[in-house]
Amino acid sequence: MDFSLSEEQQLLKDSITAFVDKDYLFDVRQKNINSELGYSSDFWKTFADLGWLGMPFSEADGGYNGGPIDLMVIMESLGRGLVVEPYIPNIVLAGGLISKLGSDEQKAELLPKIISGEIQMSLAFSEPQSRFDLNDVITSAKKDGDNYIVDGYKAVVMNGPSSNNIIVVARTSGNQLDKEGLSLFVVDPSAKGVSLRNYSNVDGSKASEITLENVSIPASSLLGSEGTAFSALEEVIDLATLAISAEALGIMEKMNEITLEYTKTREQFGETLSSFQALQHRMVDTFMAYEQTKSLLLMCAAKLTDKSDDAKKAVSALKYQVGISAKHVGEESIQLHGGMGVTDETNIGHYFKRLTTIRAIFGNTDYHLKRYSAL
Amino acid sequence: MNLSFSEEDLKFQGEVRSFIAENYPADIKNKMDNGIPVSKDDIQNWQRILSKKGWFAVNWPEEYGGTGWSITQKHIFQNELADANTPTLVPFGVSMCGPVVYTFGTQEQKDRFLPGIINNDVWWCQGYSEPGSGSDLASLKTKAVKDGDHYIVNGTKTWTTMAQHADWIFCLVRTETTDIKQQGISFLLIDMKTPGVEVKPIITIDGSHEVNMVYLDNVKVPVENLIGEEGAGWNIAKFLLAHERTGIGGIPALKREIRRLREITSELPLGEGFLKDDDLFMDKLNKLEIDLLAAEYSELRTLAAMSKGGHPGPESSILKIKGTDLQQGLSDLFVEALGYYAHPFMSEDDLISNEGRIGPDFAANVMPHYLNYRKVSIYGGSNEIQRNVIAKAVLGI
Repeated sequence: MDFSLSEEQQLLKDSITAFVDKDYLFDVRQKNINSELGYSSDFWKTFADLGWLGMPFSEADGGYNGGPIDLMVIMESLGRGLVVEPYIPNIVLAGGLISKLGSDEQKAELLPKIISGEIQMSLAFSEPQSRFDLNDVITSAKKDGDNYIVDGYKAVVMNGPSSNNIIVVARTSGNQLDKEGLSLFVVDPSAKGVSLRNYSNVDGSKASEITLENVSIPASSLLGSEGTAFSALEEVIDLATLAISAEALGIMEKMNEITLEYTKTREQFGETLSSFQALQHRMVDTFMAYEQTKSLLLMCAAKLTDKSDDAKKAVSALKYQVGISAKHVGEESIQLHGGMGVTDETNIGHYFKRLTTIRAIFGNTDYHLKRYSAL
Repeated sequence: MNLSFSEEDLKFQGEVRSFIAENYPADIKNKMDNGIPVSKDDIQNWQRILSKKGWFAVNWPEEYGGTGWSITQKHIFQNELADANTPTLVPFGVSMCGPVVYTFGTQEQKDRFLPGIINNDVWWCQGYSEPGSGSDLASLKTKAVKDGDHYIVNGTKTWTTMAQHADWIFCLVRTETTDIKQQGISFLLIDMKTPGVEVKPIITIDGSHEVNMVYLDNVKVPVENLIGEEGAGWNIAKFLLAHERTGIGGIPALKREIRRLREITSELPLGEGFLKDDDLFMDKLNKLEIDLLAAEYSELRTLAAMSKGGHPGPESSILKIKGTDLQQGLSDLFVEALGYYAHPFMSEDDLISNEGRIGPDFAANVMPHYLNYRKVSIYGGSNEIQRNVIAKAVLGI
């Protein structure tokens, strides 16, 4: 048994860590999230040049054949830097579905541009009533000659505002909650009948509400075969759940470090905060919350790599733990910072905000506890 | 044991309820109910309405314009105000500076400062915390040096809530450097218009501007603005902190908010049903409600003891810890209720724009509230300090 990273994975980690420490400075990030785009296109180009965008794709698709562990390494390191550039929506969600389901033609058209950072994409899967249930889809697509007519509404679509193409989950048959009958369409957001309302999220990322009204989409934009998208969608969301859990772990590790450092320097009653036993114990607890999460993250990455029978269950176990630990570590880090923790000018609060949104993304603790029990 | 209100109390409750129903301005109510921030004018307007009725300085002795209400009546009044979702009364003048002035001030000081507070003509803020003095308040460094009939004040105050609106600030300042740091502190009232006073906003993680830094640079303060003896400031501070802690649990507002969340669970769609069909979520809501019930009855026990002439002691620390735990827990449940719709950030301009909100109407304030409410376990004596108080004063360790 060996939990250590391969030499290549260690190099990947070192290279992202060096980028984050040297170039991804807090004030630069803050400036970028307040810009129209919401992130840096220069940094995105850097990610492409360094091969990070191509990592999860097969060599045949122009990538580096990376697996779940490589993805974990990337996201954990990006998490430490509180990197806001939309890796998960582009690479894991949209890129993942195209490489899984796309025709040779679709792959050839889209994947090289995703890997080179030339285009931005996203996946529109959630709806106001669906919360985290991937099968809960009201948005409909009806065949009309060579086209499909799509009607519906998609909620909080990550990276929607920048996307050149959006993969929309729509129902081609069945009832609202059926797993059968789901199809994916690559939709041009400027197409007639598609309207986006763009906004910023509290964590600095950008998202859209998308209304689809009588949108005519050529059948060539169907991704995969009609009505059978669910299992690929679930697999990709599971991988994205691993990715965002790794991001959360990087954030927690960093928050624990920042907080420990703060308590070693902040003095009250003539002593550093770190000298008070009541506070020491609490930092031990947040450290243990991080360790518990790390263990499940590694387990989950290994099971996804091996395609184990219980991989799905491992994903839900992991995301449940992430939800619990994120709340614990996040809230305690702020409390231990006192008033400084709630100011906009210090980085800890911004780590906290991202960690808090991650608690819900791809399913909160309740959702994954239920899924774990059911599997 | 009799845990119900008397006939007379119930009659009083009805009177308060109908007064609020008839006099709470619709425009302010609309803002409060829709999560649009209220302005300084709104708050002053509402406080003046209460003041005109004689229901503003409820805790003050009658001779200074107080109500003479029983403890139970005051409790009922606070409950009704919260229940109707009225703006929280700003405590700095009426609950803090006022009681200090009528308790420790000279006749001249009472005549000078109390009317402005009770009539809402003067807005006060609190100059306690400093960048280096948070939980360890007595380590404050702001210096006041006597120079003839003035003090020259130099230092920095922080976390000063609503200082951007304030006309006056009450400050703890060091008039003497002593071995025991609690000695040598004095209580000084400073006009914010005095040259050398500068207010700088601190933006918090929810994006709001509530608190400030207040810089004091060679500020000249007349000696007649000193309250109590020079060096007696720490006793006044201790007196005031007890005042600040009563009601800090915010139980009445919690009762209103938990009721609202329960309503919301019947409105928020989930699959083919509603959030109320989610057992795990409802379990959490019910657990929190039970915890709130316990805190409510703890508060009632304290009130009953005070009615019989007791003083709020370490009980206020218990209520502070439990109340703020509940406030934070409930704000988190609201976040969970929304799923992804807790994430969009709406600026103040977005809230009043015609474009409409993202997701359910109430969603816009939910995450900001959760983030902002991290403060409640930090301010007013952090919950760690409150635990120290309970350990020492109740458990005797």
